[in-house]
Order: sequence, then C-alpha cells, then structure tokens
Amino acid sequence: MPSTLGQKLWDAHVVRTSPGEPDLLYVDLHLVHEVTSPQAFEGLRLAGRHVRRPDLTLATMDHNVPTRGGARAADELSRKQMDVLAENCHREGIPLHQIGSRRQGIVHVIGPELGLTQPGMLIVCGDSHTSTHGAFGALAFGIGTSEVELVLATQCLPQTRARDLAVTVEGDLPLGVTAKDVVLGLIGRTGISFGQGHLVEYRGSTMRGLSMEGRMTVCNMSIEWGAKAGMVSPDDTTYSYLERRPHAPRGAAWDAAVDHWRSLATDPDAVFDHEIQLDATRLEPHVTWGTNPGQVAPVTGRVPEPLTDTDVRALRYMDLRPGTALADIAIDRVFIGSCTNARLEDLRAASKVIAGKHVHPKVRAMVVPGSATVKRAAEDEGLDAIFKAAGFEWRNAGCSMCLGMNPDILAPGERCASTSNRNFEGRQGAGGRTHLMSPPMAAAAAVTGHLVDVRELL
Amino acid sequence: MLPLDQADVDTDQIIPKQFLKRIERTGYGPFLFFDWRQAEDFVLNRPEHDGATVLVTGANFGCGSSREHAPWAIRDAGFRAIVAPTFADIFKANCYKTGLLAVTLPDSQVRHLIDLASEDPAAEITVDLEKQQVRGDGFAYRFEIDAFARECLLGGLDEIGLVERHQSSISAYETQRDAWLPAVK
Repeated sequence: MPSTLGQKLWDAHVVRTSPGEPDLLYVDLHLVHEVTSPQAFEGLRLAGRHVRRPDLTLATMDHNVPTRGGARAADELSRKQMDVLAENCHREGIPLHQIGSRRQGIVHVIGPELGLTQPGMLIVCGDSHTSTHGAFGALAFGIGTSEVELVLATQCLPQTRARDLAVTVEGDLPLGVTAKDVVLGLIGRTGISFGQGHLVEYRGSTMRGLSMEGRMTVCNMSIEWGAKAGMVSPDDTTYSYLERRPHAPRGAAWDAAVDHWRSLATDPDAVFDHEIQLDATRLEPHVTWGTNPGQVAPVTGRVPEPLTDTDVRALRYMDLRPGTALADIAIDRVFIGSCTNARLEDLRAASKVIAGKHVHPKVRAMVVPGSATVKRAAEDEGLDAIFKAAGFEWRNAGCSMCLGMNPDILAPGERCASTSNRNFEGRQGAGGRTHLMSPPMAAAAAVTGHLVDVRELL
Repeated sequence: MLPLDQADVDTDQIIPKQFLKRIERTGYGPFLFFDWRQAEDFVLNRPEHDGATVLVTGANFGCGSSREHAPWAIRDAGFRAIVAPTFADIFKANCYKTGLLAVTLPDSQVRHLIDLASEDPAAEITVDLEKQQVRGDGFAYRFEIDAFARECLLGGLDEIGLVERHQSSISAYETQRDAWLPAVK
C-alpha cells in the first residue's frame, strides 16, 4: 500500500503493536537538557532504574546558561540545575556538552551540526522545538518530563498513531523573503492549532530549494501551529550537509545509508488526511503583531481590526491600535538567536543587512549564536566584527532571550524585534512585547529603530 | 469549577519560565498563572471559586512549550480535571502522566459549563472517568478518551513498568537496527 514519509518513519520504529494500545516506538536519539530532565533522573533513581542506552542519549546545557560571564554569572537555581544535569550525566554515563565546552549549544542546533540527526531516525527531546530535526527526514517531536524518564529507562515511547498533513510550497522565494516568512505566512493562514495530531510533510519546489538551515527553520515552527512533527524528505541537499560531519557514517556505511535514505519519500499514490498549498512567489516578509505566532501579517500591512477576544487581548498587551502601519512600530531591543534562527546562514543573512550601518541609538541589539560551533565559524569569517562594528552585542551560545530563563530578558513594556519562535505574553520577560520575524528583518529593524521592510535596505 | 473563558492559553502563561528552575516535581501550585494572577480580578483570585477541582476553558489549551510543569502546577493547585474543546498534543499527554484528566467536549457544551460556572459559582459537576461522562443538574455529556490513557488513569499504572514487560521485543528490535545509525560515543 502506498505510504507517506511520516507513516514510513513511524512503521520503521514500531517495537510492538497491539489492538487498543498505543504503538511502542523505539527512539534512535534522545536529546536532554538541564530544564526538563532533573525530575526524570530523580524518578529513575528513586525506582532503582538506570538509563538503558546512554550511547543513544546526548545532553547539553542551553535553556538557562548565561551568554556572558560563564556559569558564575548564572543565578543560584540555574547553576543548581546545571550541576544536577552534570551529576546525572556522570552517574549514567551520558555525554554532556557543558557550558564553556567546544560543542555546547542549543540542543536543536548541535544535533544536526554533529551529524547525529540523520534521515530515518526517531528523535525525541523534552522540548517542543524538537520538530526541527524533521528537516532531515527524521521523525522528531517534543515530549514531557515523564516521557523523558520513560525514554531514559526503556529507550521506547508508547504513542498513538498520528495523521498525515501535506504542506506544498511552490515557486521561488522573492528577494528578502526567507524560510521564516514561509512558516509565518503558513501559520497566519492556518491558525495556531490546525496541525494538532498530524505529522506534517513540507514539500514542493520551494522546500527543495531551501538549504538545510532553512528547512530547519520551517520544521522548527511546526509546533507553533500545533503539529505533532514536521518533516522534509531527504535529498542531495541533506546528504551534502551531512557528509563528513563527526557522527555521519563513513565509507561503505555512508553508501548503504544513502541508498536507504533515498527510499524515505512519500509514495506517488499515498493519500494525506489534509493538504495545504502555499504560493511562495507571492510571499512578503512577515512580522507578528499579537501574542501568538498566528497573529501575523506582511510587514507592508497594518495592525488589523480585532476579530476575536484573543485579538482584543493581544492588542491591549502589545499596546497597538488597529490601522497602525506595522512599519511605524518603534522597537527597543533586537534579538537574533534561538533554535529557529541562530545558525551560520542566519547570521550571514543578518550581517549583510547591517554591514556598514549602525544600530539605531535607541535600540539595544544582541546576537546569540545557536552553538559554540556556530560562534567559532562566524568569527572565522569575520561576522562578529561586522555585528560588533554595527553596535550589536556578540554573545555566547544558548537559548537566551527566546525564553528568558537566563539574565537576557526584556524589561516590562520593552518591544523587541526577535528571530525566535514565540511571541506569547511575557515570553521574553514579564511585560515584554515580542515581534517575530526573520534574521534580515530583525537586522533591518535594529538599524532603523522600527519594524521595517528589509527590501528597502537591500 | 473554575471558568477560564479564553482560547489558546499557552503553557508560558500556565507556569512562567522562572519557575522551571526548580528540580522538584511538586510545589508548583502557588505559581499557577503567576503573571495573570497579578491582576486582582483574575478568575483564579476570586474567592467564590476557591476549592474548584475542575478547570473549564477554551480551545487549544496548553499550546506552546512542552513543560510538564504546567500540568504539575494545575494539579498542585488542587485541580483533578480540565475540560476544553481541544488541547495541545504534548500538554494532553503530560496531563495523563500527571494524573490529571483532560476532557474534550464540543464547543457548545464547554460554553454551557463556562456560563454555568460564571453565573453560579456554587454549581457542582461530576467528571466521571469510569462512565466517561460530565454530569450536572439536568445534563450529562458523554466524552471520548483514549482507552489506554483511561486505563492508566483509573488504575494508576506505572507506565515504565508496563513498557519494561516488553523487554524481549525491545531487545529484538535493537538487534535489527541499521548498522550505520549513530551512537553518541
């Protein structure tokens, strides 16, 4: 029977199936960080259990690490969480990329760059943006702490089969329009819960044309419209990204792997439960105006009239009036970072916009690379010098102001142009106001001091 | 009942990030809806809803971050069940693991419950997992729930123990995994 990519990946990981019960799935890679794991390790310890496959488990510190000043700059509770992760990893034999180490970084940035994220795998992590790894043709989704404990103990996860949804994006992206605008434009059309219970496959010529970084940006935000997972079928772009990465197969194993990976595509006659089409050629740079990622519009537009109670509440929180041109909204802060948009390609794109310009005097702007590796690579090609010369702060890797668990937060009332993934109330700091956008758009906002159509600066 | 008449409530609101730094599994109740609670008239601050054990709310409840601290906070604040038209997937799974019952009912029935709780805070309802029913004065709404989740909630089953029973299937699966798959060390 013809099958979708999502169902093929699912089927390949079924350890056991039984009527009336969820399928028991096998996890190929379990990523762990300091915030959602302490209670899981404690549960194991209390029950006298151990980690079944420490060799398939990788830990990093990302959510609450300070982005300057090292571990000493962390508050006491954050430091305690990092210490507890280090103890747990040491006891269970799990490799850990600590703060300050060469490979430390955001969990969804380091998996791919180490070559651990490969097509066909099932990857989980106690973090909703695990969908990022689907860009490689993997089945990847976020789980809660109880499930983290279950996976640590058994390397398996009981799951009820999800349905299939295809998003087909066709055409060349216009100048100044990025993968971020594809996914923001999509969420603007579907709303923030349409994907619930679905494995989403992103396909079409636009997706084929995107780099791995761009595909990761799109898959990353699958959770922002409620999807269980998001994925892209692997192709030559995937293989050339992976080849020679530290954990990628080599020699004959590489050839065998690529042979297998080429089969990871939806069969021509397979049927999806839902299909959505998007015309990339008509997309514009997008910015959010509200307090969820579905409250979004092209930057050429205006703050809309509220249609729902949620909209009314969002406009009040954001202190915006309907009819205001989005490009007239002044900002106080700029954050270029997060698992959505802090890879080398993102930093390159932002640096092109600011080269030779300066951050607006009323704006404080920062770049937080997604990993220590991204930071080094960016410095090797001189991007740090461009950012610093323009007046950006150049920080160490971490989740940082995407969720504000470390010292990088907005003050109440501050307005931020952010390349992250969530504009929820208080997300970047209590009372802070977030506008989501692409790295070039955030860079453009930094130099002009307000939301602006980046195409005017290109 | 506690009526929270709002759609798309995300887990950042249910439990803000600063409380995710704790390493315990309990004690989150006082921080439930921490930011929203700063407003005196927020529904959770109203004395007439003290002691509520059922939270009735809008669609897509629990969207956003996967933090299990969200259902922990709701549980620790004394709630046993949440009723909404839809829930975010990860949040719903986390509820079951926490022993919180997430009940899905059609919009019109949830609307009735929210209105009822708002107009008559003393109104009582029964959420009956055994019979899969939400009952009150003059109404009984049937709800569907995943059979396995229901069994786990009713029996208080140790899910890890259940999975461990399939040790031989897991080991058999492991022997046939592709040789090129990566290991972290």
